[in-house]
Amino acid sequence: MTAVAIRGVRKLFGQIEVLHSVDVEIDDGDFVILVGPSGCGKTTLLRMIAGLEDVSHGEILIGGRRVNDIAPKARDVAMVFQNYALYPHMTVRQNMSFALRLARTARVEIDKRVERAAEILGLGQLLDRSPRQLSGGQRQRVAMGRALVRNPQVFLFDEPLSNLDAKLRVQMRAEIKELQQRLKTTTVYVTHDQIEAMTMADKIVIMRNGYVEQTGAPLDLYDHPANQFVAGFLGSPSMNFLDGEIAEGAMIAADGLRWPLPESFAAQPLSGRKVVYGIRPEHITITEAGIPARVQLVEPTGSETQVVLQASGSTLIAASRERIIAQPGTILHIMVDPARAHLFDPESGKRLAA
Amino acid sequence: MSGVKTWLAGGVAWLIAIVNFFPIFWMLLASLKTEVEAVQTPPLFIFHPTLANYRDIFALQGYAGYAFNSIAISVLATLLMLLVAVPAAFAMAFYPGRYTRDILLWMLSTKMLPAVGVLVPIYLLSRDLGLLDTRTALVIIDFLSNLPIGVWMLFTFFRETPKDIIEASRIDGANVGQTILYVLLPLVAPGIASTALLSVILCWNEAFWSLNLTAHNAAPLTAFIASFSAPQGLFWARLSAASVLAIAPILAFGWISQRQLVRGLTFGAVK
Repeated sequence: MTAVAIRGVRKLFGQIEVLHSVDVEIDDGDFVILVGPSGCGKTTLLRMIAGLEDVSHGEILIGGRRVNDIAPKARDVAMVFQNYALYPHMTVRQNMSFALRLARTARVEIDKRVERAAEILGLGQLLDRSPRQLSGGQRQRVAMGRALVRNPQVFLFDEPLSNLDAKLRVQMRAEIKELQQRLKTTTVYVTHDQIEAMTMADKIVIMRNGYVEQTGAPLDLYDHPANQFVAGFLGSPSMNFLDGEIAEGAMIAADGLRWPLPESFAAQPLSGRKVVYGIRPEHITITEAGIPARVQLVEPTGSETQVVLQASGSTLIAASRERIIAQPGTILHIMVDPARAHLFDPESGKRLAA
Repeated sequence: MSGVKTWLAGGVAWLIAIVNFFPIFWMLLASLKTEVEAVQTPPLFIFHPTLANYRDIFALQGYAGYAFNSIAISVLATLLMLLVAVPAAFAMAFYPGRYTRDILLWMLSTKMLPAVGVLVPIYLLSRDLGLLDTRTALVIIDFLSNLPIGVWMLFTFFRETPKDIIEASRIDGANVGQTILYVLLPLVAPGIASTALLSVILCWNEAFWSLNLTAHNAAPLTAFIASFSAPQGLFWARLSAASVLAIAPILAFGWISQRQLVRGLTFGAVK
């Protein structure tokens, strides 16, 4: 069943259109992540689902009910804000129970739900503290607890991890995902971090400039990006791109080097066509013989080594599990896995179907 | 070097404080003299203090009635002002429209109009409504004339509150009233206090309308002081005693709450 449906939604701030006819269907129990660079409209879309922004055109449905004109409190959604937005003058317990107290829930029921949420989130010892006395990670948990006790139809998260340090972020990432899998509550989560999107989501919605670029499961998007933007956005380090022209079953770069095409393209009459050739760092191998490339920089990360190379007038990154030792300026030889290469149209950016 | 600077700064501060305080001190002295001593030149510093002036004022001049009017008018006008200014500032701070800034400036501009410019219409209005010499008239006028300042101050305080917190309470199910009552007001209590304080002080000191719209029944302490410039001539000692009594309550009030007041007036200026 569809939990949240966004149909032809547009958003105008004055004359400026920040969302252009967005369509997203979110299934019951799904963890959906809206991801994109800043200014892509992801947060605006989330706030529209929450009811904090008006819908200029189109409609939003939650649980099959049109909510365009329904106040936030009647939408049965709970939201975790980027800076947590805890009530500073209330204790953790009061923060978590605020919504229930407003709804005149019975005292016993409130206590039960708060205790349970506190137990799930490991906040038991902190219930009588004030937010000021908590660390960033603890505040983050309280913000989640506040959403949890309400047992809503939909959880909304607005970049909840961006104020945490790197290590805590990784830990909370796992916790949120685990929690969501346990509770099976439909979740819409906004982030600009593609790693968060890849690791946590059941479904990713990639946005740019107010448009949805592509929607799908993380690995589907990774393996079959619809366009050059999606291909470059997902993955770290990002996909390498080279300009060239197709001839004799290969892509010929500006300097005449031949880059092998996926087999499926070999048969196609593409000769003479200008394309952008895309290959991920992990699909470039450093070998004895192959395409020559000049070493610019070697970056060992420990688990893998990233080599920044110059070839065919472009900068490429190759990632290898092996430890590579090379001096900048020396020439290495590389091989690409043609089955993993992508071709994009230089005008539209669209991926050419094999 | 820095020691000298500190001394210098301290000295200047004391000098300003003394210059400011001296008239009040002098008034206090004069109020304890007899009429003859009060006008002597050179001025007397050593004399037998007497409370006769205060006795006279309480006995003959009905201080209590004036004081009651001052308190009633200040408190009521301030409460009324807060009742209107809090929702207004809330709307402006958290749901600004295209013209919010203009409205704020326009509101403030009404304070630039000299009161005397509307004396005749207000007087006629009060007369026709039967409000001359009533506390109601002064409450309404004080309330309206402090409203722009109240909205401005509260607007500044409210804007310091993160918008997310207000939105969180909306999603948690609070209506506007509940958001203001349970979330906003506890957070900006110091701001509310200093706004109220300033309003009380302004009402207390308001003289123009008090003198023009009241006679006896509704006259506050400012009118009380003015009544001492009587046709019989000036009685300095008694006038001083009356002035001391008029400013004493607000001075005490201000003294007790000076920390709030300073924080309120400099709020937003220093992060």
